[in-house]
Amino acid sequence: MYTTLIGKAWTYGDNIDTDVIIPAAYLVTSEPEVLAKHCMEPIDELFAKEVSKGDIVVAGNNFGCGSSREHAPLAIKGAGVACVIAKSFARIFYRNSINIGLPILECADADKISRGDLLEINLACGSIFNKTKNETYYAKPFSGTLQKLIGLGGLVPYVKTILQEKRKADLK
Amino acid sequence: MPKTLAEAIIAKHTKDKVEPGSICQVNVDFAFANDITGPPAIKEFKKMGALKVFDPTRCAILPDHFSPAKDIASAEQIKECRTFAKEQEMLFWDVGRVGVEHAFLHENGLVLPGEIILGADSHTCTHGAMGALATGVGSTDLAAAWALGETWLRVPDTIKVSFEGPVSEWLCGKDFILALIGEIGVEGARYMALEFHGDAIYSLDLDDRFTISNMAIEAGAKAGLINPDKKLLDYAKARAARKFEPIYADNDAKYAKSININITNMEPQVAMPHLPDNVKAVTEVSGMPVDQVFIGSCTNGRLNDLRMAAKILKGKKIHKNTRLMIIPASYEVYKAAMKEGLFDIFIEADATISTPSCGPCLGGHLGILAAGERCVSTSNRNFVGRMGSSKSEVILASPMVAAATAVAGHICHPKEITG
Repeated sequence: MYTTLIGKAWTYGDNIDTDVIIPAAYLVTSEPEVLAKHCMEPIDELFAKEVSKGDIVVAGNNFGCGSSREHAPLAIKGAGVACVIAKSFARIFYRNSINIGLPILECADADKISRGDLLEINLACGSIFNKTKNETYYAKPFSGTLQKLIGLGGLVPYVKTILQEKRKADLK
Repeated sequence: MPKTLAEAIIAKHTKDKVEPGSICQVNVDFAFANDITGPPAIKEFKKMGALKVFDPTRCAILPDHFSPAKDIASAEQIKECRTFAKEQEMLFWDVGRVGVEHAFLHENGLVLPGEIILGADSHTCTHGAMGALATGVGSTDLAAAWALGETWLRVPDTIKVSFEGPVSEWLCGKDFILALIGEIGVEGARYMALEFHGDAIYSLDLDDRFTISNMAIEAGAKAGLINPDKKLLDYAKARAARKFEPIYADNDAKYAKSININITNMEPQVAMPHLPDNVKAVTEVSGMPVDQVFIGSCTNGRLNDLRMAAKILKGKKIHKNTRLMIIPASYEVYKAAMKEGLFDIFIEADATISTPSCGPCLGGHLGILAAGERCVSTSNRNFVGRMGSSKSEVILASPMVAAATAVAGHICHPKEITG
């Protein structure tokens, strides 16, 4: 399921919170494409207008802090973003992204990336090649549990399998 | 091996080995969503092929964010939650009964000591004050918990935070937690649990303890726990919706870090825009004009919070350039405040009183800010645009500082108002 991703970087600083990623005023829907129209609006009005499919969001520490709204990774995914790279992620955002199938990479070198840099990401080995700067960075590998979850395609297929197995066992 | 409170609670809920960093499959005692996180959870629950929630008495939806429905889209979301809850025969309360989820649940004995609580709302950590391991998750994780009655948790490292010293007349739980966040920063406890200790904590009203646990997430924490004492257990026993067994940390538990905060000479604290760790003593910023004051939310909308505000507002009018919104966090709080005469004090002071709702805390309704406006709020977040326009400002403070600010029209220490 892993492919190579190529896209240009949209860079942000530390502590980008979920109210900034998608303000609460727009939480009257959970449709990714509708949410995407307001993604990053409070700090970057250009993002929603100019983001292209396959682009990559790059940020500093504690990306996605604040509210548990799954609408935040959904808005980013809905905007066509292929991957989020950050120096670190807030806990709930991290789980939510994996659960909904938004690729995320934790990378200590995220601050070496500039806005507009063209990045080539190999999700299988966690390498990030900065084509603009001719540099390569490496992301922190996922733990075993998360690898399993990602391999299955997120939490929904995982639970689906468990429920099917339980039903089969109940029938016997 | 001696255990922290988080480790001890996880150990009672899993067959897996419990040590910091390990992943455990745990049983969930209670799992809830609100009117914003509910609809996506329902969608994912159905996609999972789930037919029934694992136990309808332990699964709930609480429409508190955009309720009473603020517009047609919110009404549709609440309707979707109501319909699903009815189909599942799970817990659901409409306006007039439901309160802000993190006040309503402990009042109704639905979150109890020693339990694991999962909520699709980041302030689920509030229930750590009940001695529960309570943590916020997204809608898909919540849907999985509804379907299976289980979730996976990474055993967090724990930071032991001790508050020592006498609690002065002008201090409350809000000042404790703001002081801590100011010290460790918004990611100071990322992926970790906070465990609160010290004489000062146990001398506080339970309402203040909920305030402290509530804002653990603002330091990035997974949970903010307090070992139960007699006061808490009496409260829990009087309300418990089911049997429970309190769990305690071991005295010789291993903590990743210990932090001691002496509150003896501490001033009331405020968090300036736009992060909760931008904390200052109130006198450092006093005199700054304020357009609006909000007293309420899952952080500071409980009875003791309203009493503290009333103490300042009694016999006074708010400043002509300022408006004051007061929102009790639940109907229990609402009724008690009315009975005690607090509403008379508020109305005489020219404050507005609204029905229980998260309201303006997250920029929902009942007091949204325009561009250029500044609000002192007893809520929990002061992010850019949190309460309305991205060009507005939110300053976090205690109910006493908030009430004093409303009277003065500018940020001020409550002692300036009471003389």
